[in-house]
Amino acid sequence: MSVARSLPHDAAALHVTGTARYVDDIPAPAGCLHLAFGLSNIAHGTLTALDLSAVRATPGVVAVFGPDDLSPMPDCSPSAHDEPLLGGPAISYLGQPIFLVVADSHLAARKAARLGQASYDEKPALLTIDAALAANSRFEDGPRIWEKGDAASAIAAAPHVVEGVMEIGGQEHFYLEGQAALALPQEGGDMVVQSSTQHPTEIQHKVADALGVPMHAVRVETRRMGGGFGGKESQGNALAIACALAARATGRPCKMRYDRDDDMVITGKRHDFSIAYRAGFDDEGRVAGVEFVQYARCGWAQDLSLPVADRAMLHADNAYELPTARIESHRLKTHTQSATAFRGFGGPQGMVGIERVMDHIAHHLGQDPLAVRRRNFYASGGDISAKKKAAGTTPYGMAVEDFELHEMVAALEGSSDYAARRAAVADWNAANPVLKKGLALTPVKFGISFTLTHLNQAGALVHVYQDGSIHLNHGGTEMGQGLFQKVAQVAASSFGVPMAAVKITATDTGKVPNTSATAASSGSDLNGMAVKVACDTIRDRIAAHLAETHQTVPRRVHFADGRVFVGDADLSFAEAARSAYEARISLSATGFYKTPKLDWDRIAGRGRPFFYFAYGAAVTEVVLDTLTGENRMLRCDILHDAGASLNPALDIGQVEGGFVQGAGWLTTEELVWDDSGRLRTHAPSTYKIPACSDRPAVFNVALWDGENSEETIYRSKAVGEPPLILGISALMALSDAVAACGAPYPALDAPATPERLLAAIDRVRA
Amino acid sequence: MDRISFLLNGERVCLDNVSPVTTLLDWLREGRGLTGTKEGCNEGDCGACTVMVSDADGTRALNACILFLPQLHGKAVRTVEGLRGPDGALHPVQQAMVDHHGSQCGFCTPGFVMSMAVAHRNGQTDYDDRLAGNLCRCTGYAPIIRAAQAVADHPAPGWMDADLAALDAAASDEGAPALPGSSEELARLYAATPDATLVAGATDVGLWVTKGLRDIAPVIFLHRCTDLQRIEETDTGLRIGAGVTIARLRVAMADRHPGFAEMLRRYGSAQVRAAATIGGNIANGSPIGDGPPALIALDARLVLRKGDTRREIALQDFFLDYGKQDRDPGEFVETVIVPKQPDSLRCFKLSKRFDQDISAVCGCFNLTVQDGKVQAARIAFGGMAGIPKRATAVEETLIGRPWTEATVRAAIPAFATDFTPLSDMRASADYRLRAAENMLWRCFHQDQGTATNVLELTP
Repeated sequence: MSVARSLPHDAAALHVTGTARYVDDIPAPAGCLHLAFGLSNIAHGTLTALDLSAVRATPGVVAVFGPDDLSPMPDCSPSAHDEPLLGGPAISYLGQPIFLVVADSHLAARKAARLGQASYDEKPALLTIDAALAANSRFEDGPRIWEKGDAASAIAAAPHVVEGVMEIGGQEHFYLEGQAALALPQEGGDMVVQSSTQHPTEIQHKVADALGVPMHAVRVETRRMGGGFGGKESQGNALAIACALAARATGRPCKMRYDRDDDMVITGKRHDFSIAYRAGFDDEGRVAGVEFVQYARCGWAQDLSLPVADRAMLHADNAYELPTARIESHRLKTHTQSATAFRGFGGPQGMVGIERVMDHIAHHLGQDPLAVRRRNFYASGGDISAKKKAAGTTPYGMAVEDFELHEMVAALEGSSDYAARRAAVADWNAANPVLKKGLALTPVKFGISFTLTHLNQAGALVHVYQDGSIHLNHGGTEMGQGLFQKVAQVAASSFGVPMAAVKITATDTGKVPNTSATAASSGSDLNGMAVKVACDTIRDRIAAHLAETHQTVPRRVHFADGRVFVGDADLSFAEAARSAYEARISLSATGFYKTPKLDWDRIAGRGRPFFYFAYGAAVTEVVLDTLTGENRMLRCDILHDAGASLNPALDIGQVEGGFVQGAGWLTTEELVWDDSGRLRTHAPSTYKIPACSDRPAVFNVALWDGENSEETIYRSKAVGEPPLILGISALMALSDAVAACGAPYPALDAPATPERLLAAIDRVRA
Repeated sequence: MDRISFLLNGERVCLDNVSPVTTLLDWLREGRGLTGTKEGCNEGDCGACTVMVSDADGTRALNACILFLPQLHGKAVRTVEGLRGPDGALHPVQQAMVDHHGSQCGFCTPGFVMSMAVAHRNGQTDYDDRLAGNLCRCTGYAPIIRAAQAVADHPAPGWMDADLAALDAAASDEGAPALPGSSEELARLYAATPDATLVAGATDVGLWVTKGLRDIAPVIFLHRCTDLQRIEETDTGLRIGAGVTIARLRVAMADRHPGFAEMLRRYGSAQVRAAATIGGNIANGSPIGDGPPALIALDARLVLRKGDTRREIALQDFFLDYGKQDRDPGEFVETVIVPKQPDSLRCFKLSKRFDQDISAVCGCFNLTVQDGKVQAARIAFGGMAGIPKRATAVEETLIGRPWTEATVRAAIPAFATDFTPLSDMRASADYRLRAAENMLWRCFHQDQGTATNVLELTP
């Protein structure tokens, strides 16, 4: 079996030799044109005049489109039809595209795009959560509110109460490959688009709408992305639409890739949140009730903000059974980039909220935060199936029946030597006035499934050729996570052939239609199952055929090691394929899968939005310089649950990378806008993702030995997003180190930059 | 620009009449169809475009996105396409990256592989420093480091050795008169064209072109003025040519002023340090360059030259105001002189991220304490004013006083006398001032034997 093996990424050999092709590496066809957007210089107002004469006069410029040149104005939104390709007359954020340049080179297009002369009637811009709240500027009529029991009464009756407000910054995706698209005009007005996207069907849909043609006239292909992280779920729409429009207008291939600064200024990022909390609890730190008010800064357009904010509410409990809870969510509309999907999709922000509560409770009681966290855990899945305990329910009424964190945390506590290190940290802090250490263990429980239930479907297309080679295609996209290899392992296992027999091919809307975005960690769950269905269909046809020719029954036909065993006979897979072909057996099949058991009402906040939960836990130790706020992660130990892993090496890669990305979000990755709404951190010179030395000096990552209690593909679990949230342990460890400086609660906001840390140190010392 | 000649993946390339500001990255991708070298940021911060460049001085990693073609004249360039052996065999670091799962999305991978191959060839195993200029968003770096470590002891493949032999042949075919070959030629040329843009390592000027989209013509490239690249020790100090790279300056400082060298370890990245020069770091007048505060604290002097005329000034007097230096048109920084002195320099570089980040505050303290008393103090900061600036008021409160907690406490208010820093995306004014004050406390705590360096701790 190919599944469960630690095979390298399918393109590893191409990556290291520079031969893996990304959109901008595809040899440009003759006459290819290059596009760039001209951007608005104000955050809010009306475009009163736009002089593009200097743009048009720039050498190399072939065409220029302003807001008045496109009618109807194409829409780029994945949700609400509120994102015109070009702004104007209404200007909604600083950096919004207001005109499109088509030139004979990338550089010429960029140069010309700087030469537009725009006049504006500028209006005050809503840039912050507070400003949007004051103006009641929001998506949806009012806040969403979900309740479990009477939290207010429970808090009032509790012996202890903590409350506070926490700011949680956004995050730039910083995929290394910027957004890119290439449109190739075809005969009869058809269009082929190469796009760096997590969602080829969305690109197809939006391009077809923009061109005014049916979806069948547009084919979108995506071989790979140079990173996505949610940032290519909807943010590639504008480039693909622009390329398609320009290609139709000029009859020439058109390519667009954002310069890094443009990419960061134009595209959406992780939602920043402000979370107000109030929790009542007993002497042991057991929560009686919690109230959260979550404020999400959504930016100028709706994009995916509603499901993002929903998912923040859905993870307001994280791993903890809250007897009563009230979660109120405000989705605020501001004159900033439209915040979008980012690995975890709101879940991480919601979980930071409850982890802050746990940390605050433990600090209030003077107890080890790990003890407090444990006391609030959901009941163990093992205890539930042994009828020792009843399953707890989430604030949205879903029973948590597969809870594994009691066992995982116990294992991690032992392997990380938590207790001894807790004591050592205390000893260090007692002896050292300047450098303080901190330690924290935080858990993760992450719900797996799209909360928009109909998205939980996938398709596959598999061909077996008469030489026994296999062409594999499915709706999932490859952004580095190793999906293609995992799914190919499923296919190879189904046919019992070596991996070399399976050809991985680019995602193509012409092969598998109506796909969902590769998002919500769902890639291998959905596409692996769909591929297995398709492969098993073909395999069963071959088995039936061979059974007939060998006078046996299909269940006596086995596929293994590149051979097919039929009763006592055995032939190569190629011979079996050839035989089936000659017997006029179809060797091509589609596969389809839809996730079972889902039932969700997002307005009421009730039901089962998730098929299952993925779990993990991390212990992080930090050292903090109390003179400057500089800090280092000294060690991190992680135990993560990938079910029965389809590929342990790739899954560990997701865990290591996810942790560092999550820790970056909460520490050094700071987005700064100035008072005019201009993003000041718009390049890697000013926006600091973790560098090599920022990984923990000691980094021990292991997978939990278990299998999914639900029937997923080979009982594996989704692993894309959950590990990012392990990064919360870094933030909480820093909070622990600050707490060593004085009695008051550190109340640390995120990202915990050296500056914020020094401010927190000064607060607790005051 | 006349003919430029260099080796690309072992093959001789001659280019006539190229624009002097064409970057190697654009030329590779758009001109040669070599798309293995990636554009991640186009400003020298992400390393996706890293290539290997060799000449008589050795082999180093450079960012192709801010490397202009004339800078390659007479050198050998290897891109990721040229890393495999003639028979297609993977370089050991390439194989290790496959075996250790060092790539995920793969976009940063060619750059990483090139940085790793350079380190491998040079026998360098300080991977956190060698790879600080290569950003990866997928892996969390751990598998990349495992890959690098796994093949550290493997022999370097021989197929690149031919480059250096072939270089001699290429270099003998001189043909680039617009590239001055000495400070004499430079002085003449610059005096005649004082509006020219001087380009040394292009780590700053490169961005004027790739991000500012500025026309910087006429351009004078300095990298062939080998006499500007000398470091000479005299009886009174060290004379450092303006063309000395930060990488070489770091080596020169390692024994003399190890605190300065340690700070330079975090200056930019390996790619940037191999290109950037100390002359450029000074002459561009940036208030946040990391070289000047340390050099001012060391009482460094500058030799400025215009034509045949030279003058020597204190480095601290070179910086007049934000964006304004004491430099005449046609005049250039020729030499930096660091006076000989016992080492008592401490350098503190404070940034949001430890490596490859521009300082929010860079504080350099040259304190001489004898018999418990502060005998001398030269303190200079970057990031605290529109120019790199001495903390004269702080110095005055310290000199002659006992090196005690009370003295430090008494000196703290003087920081606000010396500095009124700005708020920007790197730090607020309050934090800058507070951190600068605390750097003096750090000096004091260090002298009490207290642990103050987070980089020195292990779990």
